[in-house]
Amino acid sequence: MSKFKKKRGKGSPAISTASLPDIIFMLLFFFMVVTVLRDSELKVNVNTPKATELTKLAEKSLVNYIYIGKPKDKYKEQYGTSPRMQLGDKFSIVEDIPIFLEKHKVKVPEAKQKRITSSLRVDGEVTMGIVQDVKTKLRKSGQLIVNYSAKAREQE
Amino acid sequence: MAKSSRDRVSNEINAGSMADIAFLLLIFFLVTTQIVEDKGIRVKLPPWSEVEPDITKLKKRNVFSVLVNAQNQLLVRGELASVEDLRERAKDFIANPTRREDLSESPLKAIISLKNDRGTNYKTYLEVYNELKGAYNELWEEQSQRDFGKPYEELSIQDQRSVRSKIPLVLSEAEPTAFGEE
Repeated sequence: MSKFKKKRGKGSPAISTASLPDIIFMLLFFFMVVTVLRDSELKVNVNTPKATELTKLAEKSLVNYIYIGKPKDKYKEQYGTSPRMQLGDKFSIVEDIPIFLEKHKVKVPEAKQKRITSSLRVDGEVTMGIVQDVKTKLRKSGQLIVNYSAKAREQE
Repeated sequence: MAKSSRDRVSNEINAGSMADIAFLLLIFFLVTTQIVEDKGIRVKLPPWSEVEPDITKLKKRNVFSVLVNAQNQLLVRGELASVEDLRERAKDFIANPTRREDLSESPLKAIISLKNDRGTNYKTYLEVYNELKGAYNELWEEQSQRDFGKPYEELSIQDQRSVRSKIPLVLSEAEPTAFGEE
């Protein structure tokens, strides 16, 4: 009896926390690798509509983004309240699209250039006029693969 | 004498705060990370041509015309319709299982023509597009079950192509009319 009691009486040994930094570093590296820092600040309000027939965009490097929506509050004075298009980090007009596409294209390896996708992130409240203009320009520029960005909706 | 006092100080760097530093960095990355999966409806636009394709030359029964006006109302084959029925109607039209005279001769000849106003809401447009794409997706799924006994998603790229060639997605979009522009 006393034999067991003595052993327990010696007190519990402290748990070694020496490996804690390693674990944290592992998590840290995971997040560092996964993170894509947003390179452009959104200047227009974009609330994409919901849809069910969605496909995922495969490779991020093959996608260029076109945002269309009403300018955010702090840009309203300068750019008005009607829907505008944002390419990269600045407000643009439809005529800027070919240059924008070309700038993105040169960064992509030649073998993959056929698969470049334009992701149209358009606010649900925007009217089709501006979207149509953008689509026409994309067609004229030979950029035919387009993705209408949308959120998932539960199917009834 | 001074030397001996220095010797007594242990030269080991205290690594206890390492975890805190790592935690700080970790939290920074946790906050800034956005694992946003961009999803959407994939569309292949037709190449640009100066001449508009003339769909009036096609047989009337093979064209499924959908019009969305600036009031976001839907006109399907000349009559008012709702978005909810669109998918079923499109499926019926394309596959035409009962061989009706007024629906398409075969899926190969079926053409869906979508037209909108410049004042149409993008949301409505995308809903309509979603239903039409959904109709095709469901038909592909059925065809795939019939031919291969497997869901469409699990087929090889070649088999998917063969399914799609039986029911090709033909969605023609006419230039919009300039109503209701903001």
